[in-house]
Amino acid sequence: MDRKIIYVDHAATTYLKPEVFEQMKPYFTEYFGNPSSIYYLGRESKKAIENARTTIAECLGAQPSEIYFTGSGTEADNWAIKGVAYANRKKGKHLITSAIEHHAVLHAFDFLKKEGFEVTYLPVDENGFVKPEDLAAAIRPDTTLVSIMFANNEIGTIQPIKELAAIAKEKGVIFHTDAVQAMGNIDVKVNELNVDLLSMSAHKFYGPKGVGALYIRKGVRIDSFVHGGAQERNRRAGTENVAGIVGMAAALKLAYENLDEYNRHLRRLSDRLINGVMERIPYVRLNGDREKRLPGNVNFSFRFIEGESLLLMLDMKGIQASSGSACTSGSLDPSHVLLAIGLPHEIAHGSLRITFGEKNTEEDVDYIIDCLAEIVDRLRQMSPLYEDFVKNGEKA
Amino acid sequence: MHPRNVGEIEDADGVGQVGNPKCGDIMKMYLKIENDVIVDAKFKTFGCGAAVATSSIATELIKGKTIDEALKVTNKAVVEALDGLPPAKLHCSVLAEEAIAAAIADYKRRHGLDVDDNQCPGCCKKCETDEEE
Repeated sequence: MDRKIIYVDHAATTYLKPEVFEQMKPYFTEYFGNPSSIYYLGRESKKAIENARTTIAECLGAQPSEIYFTGSGTEADNWAIKGVAYANRKKGKHLITSAIEHHAVLHAFDFLKKEGFEVTYLPVDENGFVKPEDLAAAIRPDTTLVSIMFANNEIGTIQPIKELAAIAKEKGVIFHTDAVQAMGNIDVKVNELNVDLLSMSAHKFYGPKGVGALYIRKGVRIDSFVHGGAQERNRRAGTENVAGIVGMAAALKLAYENLDEYNRHLRRLSDRLINGVMERIPYVRLNGDREKRLPGNVNFSFRFIEGESLLLMLDMKGIQASSGSACTSGSLDPSHVLLAIGLPHEIAHGSLRITFGEKNTEEDVDYIIDCLAEIVDRLRQMSPLYEDFVKNGEKA
Repeated sequence: MHPRNVGEIEDADGVGQVGNPKCGDIMKMYLKIENDVIVDAKFKTFGCGAAVATSSIATELIKGKTIDEALKVTNKAVVEALDGLPPAKLHCSVLAEEAIAAAIADYKRRHGLDVDDNQCPGCCKKCETDEEE
């Protein structure tokens, strides 16, 4: 790439670490056998998968037999939600989730609603937190599943998962958490948290795309999701993505080994950005909690401007970021997360998400602040909303 | 993104604003009109890249035209001048057409001329009904 690129969209995806790629390579070309085959090449592939399963189980503090590989984080979410809903439908058809879940969760619940299930959506406060007392009040005798995300992909808010899972446990309800954004950022241990199901996706922590996993606690009633061969203990059919699975395990192991240092690095960059922007740009708000947020996540709303225009102009400066504006959400409504934390539409439209990663530097942050100050000013100069505000004040 | 004709005209003869902040697009158009000919056009837009592009190209298209000619600039002409728009962004071109109409209606009102009541008075609700496919 010739152009200057500053990649700050690590919540969307990360690059594959070269040392992870090296470990994957032999399974594309040399050890390409089908893990279900009984000869040497098949056994080598099988061994690689089982080693990866053990590595991931060790990171999570789980048993290897509780780790199931999937094709994505989305598939893991769909499996957890639909699999538990159907397997337990004789007990009841009531399910609970939150208003700020990823679409992989929300749309799985939408599907179940059409199938006759009832779904309660817990609200969140202005920083994006689910209140434990709301969960306790929502659980009914016919509730079979609670699914609350670990950390939000847009505003970075980290939920009190341990507390929420304890409430579900006490009432005998299965608890799932979509930990796609948390993994690689937080020291997730399934037994400390007492979660029953947990989804992850490799490409969020410097692993490859096209591979995810679902942790299923031993004894949890769940239906199979993909039907076919006997892979994944008869629960998820389809020839395994061997290289991808090897890559996910290698990437997760590296992430767990470097958690503290990685956190400190990201937090330093985020703090520098937040402080710099708040100091230099007026009429801006930080979305999400100031402290209990993913260390690399920063989400701003700039008043009087629209997020997609902001992204296009940042892109011209080489800055790759994302927004919750309608134009980037694929509908005319801005992000459901920003609306759920109480932002008015026009302020939600002006949002910007920056998510830092390993290679970002303080120089990157300073460059982003300079560009933002210039671009936000330029967009405001061309905004009729800003003109009204300047002429008529807050009432306009 | 290098839009042409951004800004406002201090002593504009016609000003029109369409759209609403809820749907994420607002366009404001300023016209300088001499003897029914649009001698200058400028705009301000709160909106996505396509909204900025359609308002900019719309001002380019109507400059030098009479107001009657300008009223014939359709959203289709705006889209063609931009070499096409994705389906989800077509409502932006409709908004540009309406912004022209709203600014001209304002000019006519100031000069005691008949205003076609079918013209967009502000938010056309298009944004709420034109859901993408």
